[in-house]
Amino acid sequence: MNTKQNTLTAENRRKTVMSVVLAVICVIYVLPVVTVVINSFKLNTFVKTETFALPTAESSAGFGNFITGMTFGNYPFWKSVLYSAVITILSTVLILICTSMAAWYITRVNSTFCKIVYYLCVFSMVVPFQMVMYTLSKTADKLHLNTPWTIPIVYLGFGAGLAVFMFAGFVKSIPLEIEEAAAIDGCGPLRIFFSVVFPMLRPTMISVGILEIMWIWNDYLLPYLVLDINEYRTIPIHIQYLKGSYGTVDLGATMALILLSIIPVIIFYLTCQKYIIKGVAAGAVKG
Amino acid sequence: MRPKKIKGGYTLKAPMRRWSWLFMGPVLIAFAIGFVWPFIQGIYLSFCKFRLISDAELIGFGNYVSAFKDATFRHAFWYTALFTVVSVILINILAFMIAYVLTQNIKGSNIFRTVFFMPNLIGGIVLGYIWSMIFDGILSHFGTSILLNAKYGFWGLIILMCWQQIGYMMIIYIAGLQAVPEDMLEAARIDGATKWQSLTKVTIPNVMPSITICLFLSITNGFKLFDQNLALTGGQPFSIMPNGMPVKETEMLALNIYNTFYGQSSASTGVAQAKAVIFFILVAAIGLIQLYATRKREVQQ
Repeated sequence: MNTKQNTLTAENRRKTVMSVVLAVICVIYVLPVVTVVINSFKLNTFVKTETFALPTAESSAGFGNFITGMTFGNYPFWKSVLYSAVITILSTVLILICTSMAAWYITRVNSTFCKIVYYLCVFSMVVPFQMVMYTLSKTADKLHLNTPWTIPIVYLGFGAGLAVFMFAGFVKSIPLEIEEAAAIDGCGPLRIFFSVVFPMLRPTMISVGILEIMWIWNDYLLPYLVLDINEYRTIPIHIQYLKGSYGTVDLGATMALILLSIIPVIIFYLTCQKYIIKGVAAGAVKG
Repeated sequence: MRPKKIKGGYTLKAPMRRWSWLFMGPVLIAFAIGFVWPFIQGIYLSFCKFRLISDAELIGFGNYVSAFKDATFRHAFWYTALFTVVSVILINILAFMIAYVLTQNIKGSNIFRTVFFMPNLIGGIVLGYIWSMIFDGILSHFGTSILLNAKYGFWGLIILMCWQQIGYMMIIYIAGLQAVPEDMLEAARIDGATKWQSLTKVTIPNVMPSITICLFLSITNGFKLFDQNLALTGGQPFSIMPNGMPVKETEMLALNIYNTFYGQSSASTGVAQAKAVIFFILVAAIGLIQLYATRKREVQQ
């Protein structure tokens, strides 16, 4: 009894020690973000020399950085936020609707043509973007897909592989009887898909949606090559532009912009954390 | 209940075919624009000399010869390989350790998990910018910068990637660790196995699937790395090779291809496309090995 208690307390002590160690690592882990917050309130000259000090009366810029940052690089920041949001939302919705329809058709009809399309999709998942970036950007340019309202078509094309693959995997697990029952009740394919199959796809919808949102929101190279850069800049493009003019750039104001661009991501993460972690795990296992 | 094999008897097949244009059309058109056509054209152009696609002229394997002869490309390859090996080892060991500790009923493990995963959602360009500020903040006290020494650039990128990827791999390892049968561990404990023995003899063999996934994910992530590389150092510093060629010391494969396409000399687009094809074959080979490894695992289950 006594020894058992002893091992129990030893076990508890060990766990407390581990908790403390992890807490320390956690603090180190958030330090980079804290540094961004601190420096977004500092005057430019102090960012480089006193990176890790809190803003003092002398080095503080107040909210000045956030105001100057808004018109940085001769481009209004709110515009890039808007374009990023438009592109991410439109592309994700388009991908979810179109690829789930295609995946259902491919799995159910299962003709030779469907199999070819399916294997092409699987194949496209291993092709790195650099392989197609030059020709893709020229093709998109020729077809005038270089605006935030048309680039979702490019995203649908390049991102279809993973989405079709994940949806098809899920559709295979849906019993045919449900759809057949609906067919007997007089539903056509369209109604069966949208009122029977579509609701059942919800868990995969969330996983695929999260993966696409994370990819498209943060994507830099594809929109940079496809979009008309003088008109339309997403957040990553805008920030890379600022970095390109290193030296002349106001680091404090850049940190303010970075902070503004991280805040929505962190809010999104904290509210949908459960789905995000699940979606990522699902995507990793399948992709 | 297992779904029935799809037979010709599926009542919906015929009516579905009538709607095929609606179900398949949008994806097929976009897929053709966004993938199939650029891919085929890319293969074709890698055998061509061109400035504009319209005046491409077949020259055979010349671009590939130039690509392999290009010292910057070879340097980028070895640099990428070295980076991948180091980052894969560090990321996986650290992620596994954290996942292992987090599955031991630790207080606050949910908060820890949330924090460790967070950097994953921040984009590569922003990450690169954040870390270049941090590294320069430290290095400026020693009168140097991350852009001046390739060693700093290398380890800086390793730290950045660890910070970003450990949380991701940790999630996969946690899922694997939670699936280890409790009674197996119990049996090992009753048989008098030490903690270390039950870790190496019971836990690790049972999470092998997760280890395979994480290894391949981190390998492909390392090989395809672009945004972080561009934003953190952009390939700097420059040095001169023995043969007089300038080379960007911290330039990885994807960035090298990008710079060949859009760099100073517009005559090298063909060579760049050939490099891109070589790059594709490399990455696809890794992907195929992964497919084979996971298939083998499925058979065993």
